[in-house]
Amino acid sequence: MVEVKPNHLIKVKRNQVFAFTMLSLAAALTVLILLAIVIYVMSQGLSVISMEFLLDSPKSMGAEGGIYPAIVGTIYLVGLVILIAAPIGVGTAIYLNEYMPDGRFKSVLRFATELLAAIPSIVHGMFGFLFFVIALGDYTGGWSILSGALTGVVMILPIIIRASEEALRSVSNNLKEGSLALGTTRWYTIKKIVLPLAIPGITTSIILAIGRVIGETAAFLLTLGGSLLLATTVFDGARTLALHLYLVAMETGNTEMAFGTGAVLIVLILIINLAATGLFKLLVRRFSA
Amino acid sequence: MKFQKEKNNKSNIEEGIVKVILFIMALSSVISLGLITFFVFNEGLPFMINYGITDFIFGTTWNPTDQVYGIFPMIVGSVIVTVLAMLIGAPIGIAVAVYLVEIAPRRVAKIVKPAIQLLEGIPSVVIGLFGMVVIIDLLRRISRGPLSEYLPAGYQTGYSVLAGVLILAIMILPTIISISADSIRAVPQEYKEGSYAMGATKWQTIFRVVVPAAKSGILAAVILGVGRAIGETMAIIMVVGNSVQIPIPGWETLFAPVRTLTGNIALEMGYAGPEHRQALFATGIILFIFIIIINSLTLLLRRRRT
Amino acid sequence: MTNQKESNAIIEIEDLDFYYNQTKALKNVSLDINKNEVFAFIGPSGCGKTTLLRVLNRMNDLIPKTRVVGKVQIEGHDIYDPNVDVVQLRKSVGTVFQKPNPFPISIFDNVAYGPKAHGIKNKKELMEIVEESLRQAALWDEVKDRLNDSATGLSGGQQQRLCIARVMAVKPEIILMDEPTSALDPIATLKVEELINELKQNYTVVIVTHNMEQAARVSDKTALFLNGSIIETNETNQLFTNPKEQETEDYITGKFG
Ligand SMILES: Nc1ncnc2c1ncn2[C@@H]1O[C@H](COP(=O)(O)OP(=O)(O)OP(=O)(O)O)[C@@H](O)[C@H]1O
Ligand SMILES: [Mg+2]
Repeated sequence: MVEVKPNHLIKVKRNQVFAFTMLSLAAALTVLILLAIVIYVMSQGLSVISMEFLLDSPKSMGAEGGIYPAIVGTIYLVGLVILIAAPIGVGTAIYLNEYMPDGRFKSVLRFATELLAAIPSIVHGMFGFLFFVIALGDYTGGWSILSGALTGVVMILPIIIRASEEALRSVSNNLKEGSLALGTTRWYTIKKIVLPLAIPGITTSIILAIGRVIGETAAFLLTLGGSLLLATTVFDGARTLALHLYLVAMETGNTEMAFGTGAVLIVLILIINLAATGLFKLLVRRFSA
Repeated sequence: MKFQKEKNNKSNIEEGIVKVILFIMALSSVISLGLITFFVFNEGLPFMINYGITDFIFGTTWNPTDQVYGIFPMIVGSVIVTVLAMLIGAPIGIAVAVYLVEIAPRRVAKIVKPAIQLLEGIPSVVIGLFGMVVIIDLLRRISRGPLSEYLPAGYQTGYSVLAGVLILAIMILPTIISISADSIRAVPQEYKEGSYAMGATKWQTIFRVVVPAAKSGILAAVILGVGRAIGETMAIIMVVGNSVQIPIPGWETLFAPVRTLTGNIALEMGYAGPEHRQALFATGIILFIFIIIINSLTLLLRRRRT
Repeated sequence: MTNQKESNAIIEIEDLDFYYNQTKALKNVSLDINKNEVFAFIGPSGCGKTTLLRVLNRMNDLIPKTRVVGKVQIEGHDIYDPNVDVVQLRKSVGTVFQKPNPFPISIFDNVAYGPKAHGIKNKKELMEIVEESLRQAALWDEVKDRLNDSATGLSGGQQQRLCIARVMAVKPEIILMDEPTSALDPIATLKVEELINELKQNYTVVIVTHNMEQAARVSDKTALFLNGSIIETNETNQLFTNPKEQETEDYITGKFG
């Protein structure tokens, strides 16, 4: 045995206490930053929020009035993005996970998905601007909800693909084999066994993707057009809440109104986060009860 | 024959159709990536070559009105802000990850984890707005107060590298924490037990065994954090002042207003004429290349790990 | 073409080699299994029993980079012929897995799963199939009052018998069982073994087991595997009481394995 000097032991102990204190402080700091942001934005914003604020149109570029068109724009955009991206994303995940044999091509697809996820949203926006707004402008209406949504689809596809793949992978192989061994087709097995078990994870990923669309600004700055008018079709220009916040803060300098929008955004994100975990638990319980 | 395939069997037809549809869907990400690459390069590359790649990258003047397009100040801006943000964000993020996985009592972890998730979800414009009001105000007071005699007038607005760094450090925290935490969690229990068996304390075990074992995952987290930081746009625009200039070297840099590559694109795309727009897409190419390099690094890391 | 002597064989395996990637897991295996026979595969761990079982309904197709060389015929049809529909094959050749794997749905839906997949929609008909299968699997009395409860709430032995019922509901001709009792307690094991004895009236059963007593209790014939080859095939009581090969004797007397 190595002889241990008592004051060495004390030093080791002291090191540990010091280190653990620092680590705890880092965690506390992170939580504090979050709280500071949330509380500050809410306290500045809540005083602005009223029925009129939520349901009126903006005046003088958003420095006065309400945010109704931005709420409508956000809903349209989110709805359209999810409507397109969710089936494609989940379908891709199913193909990669359940049908495609391992090999070069699969690695290429996976790598492409990863790169797509890593591309900064402003680059997605540039692409959307060139492709959807300009090149396909006759069909998308130029700067429009549709152009924004298609750009948003490209942006969140990797999120949905990755999370759905994870959810699909978590379904035990024993169950899949059990179903296939009964003489069912792959698709039947996927429909009846794999998807129901993966639904909680897939749903969560879609909800988180909704959050991502709500929070995104850069890509939509270049594709939505930022119109202040109430959109009636997907070919109209629009702005989302996040885009509205940015434009109001930067162009009118009225931070009070921007904080109002910010508070609405934070509430939305809170709801989405709660919904994601809550729904996950609920769905898991339903399928395994 | 008994087990023969029946061509017009309903479920076989369904299986065939589904497979084709799913395959087409699976191509979506490659196609998207291909389209993005094509459009961005097609628009930006000819311009960059015409203008001269070195003039474009190392030119220090950006003046679209006079057709002068040098993006060196923006590259400097992006790099400074990113590197400094990493210097602050990475250690804190890794520390939080270690804390969460190895030390935090369950009750505390139950609060910290959702908090990090929430932080990740907060729209960047909201964080930008917070920075624009709270952090800028604070920095303005400092630069106009105690530091006013050391700083040029243009460095006293509060809109500065430092503001961008603080905002970015906050924004990359969730990425770094969650990815490092995953890799720390993946360290096999036996490693730790081996260390405890030799009489090491918990901290010694963490410091000498756990963190080194999770090294490549932590590195990947940091690299992804860099990617996130370089690509961040909105929050940065709101706090860095966006003036096209290379900051004075030295501590004053912290208070210099700068413009990033992403900011350059977002600010000017809306009103750019044809040539100007091409120059902005060329800026996008540079950004794109940064991202490709960063991602290849993570890919290499993963290869080496397996 | 079919040899008169083998005319009773429902499964005929000829010179079969099987590869996982580059590793050869089965070497030159030839074997005939007769109709309405319980046939046991025994042998030490890793010798290829599961592999051969999974060859018989092409479950190995699901594992990437596997390769079959040789001929496997079921009822005179080459099951590796490119025109074979594996779905049809698996309908005729059912599998009971080592670990009970009931689907996380109701007991009723578990048993009705196969029939529904194969197009039976009529409620009454399904009910009849479910009851018949559960009776055959000796589970009916235990679950008849809670058919709508989740199958995952059953005990391990009940789950395994449910999986057997699930296979029988598809009305296969051959049932493959891979160590069906290894996860069960002695009483549940006994029930499953009794069940296997019943089954051979109507089915051909191929069972993999580690347990030599079990092989002796349930099977008519036994094949001993070592390192991917069959060492000896014989009537079960012959093989255990009067082995022809030295290796068989070593194995059954516990000299290795
Ligand atoms: N999916 C696989 N990929 C590669 N090799 C495999 C795979 N499955 C089995 N093997 C190998 O093939 C050989 C035979 O395995 P098999 O599972 O058939 O053995 P077994 O006789 O069923 O053993 P046990 O009694 O332990 O279940 C073993 O060497 C095993 O390592
Ligand atoms: Mg086995």
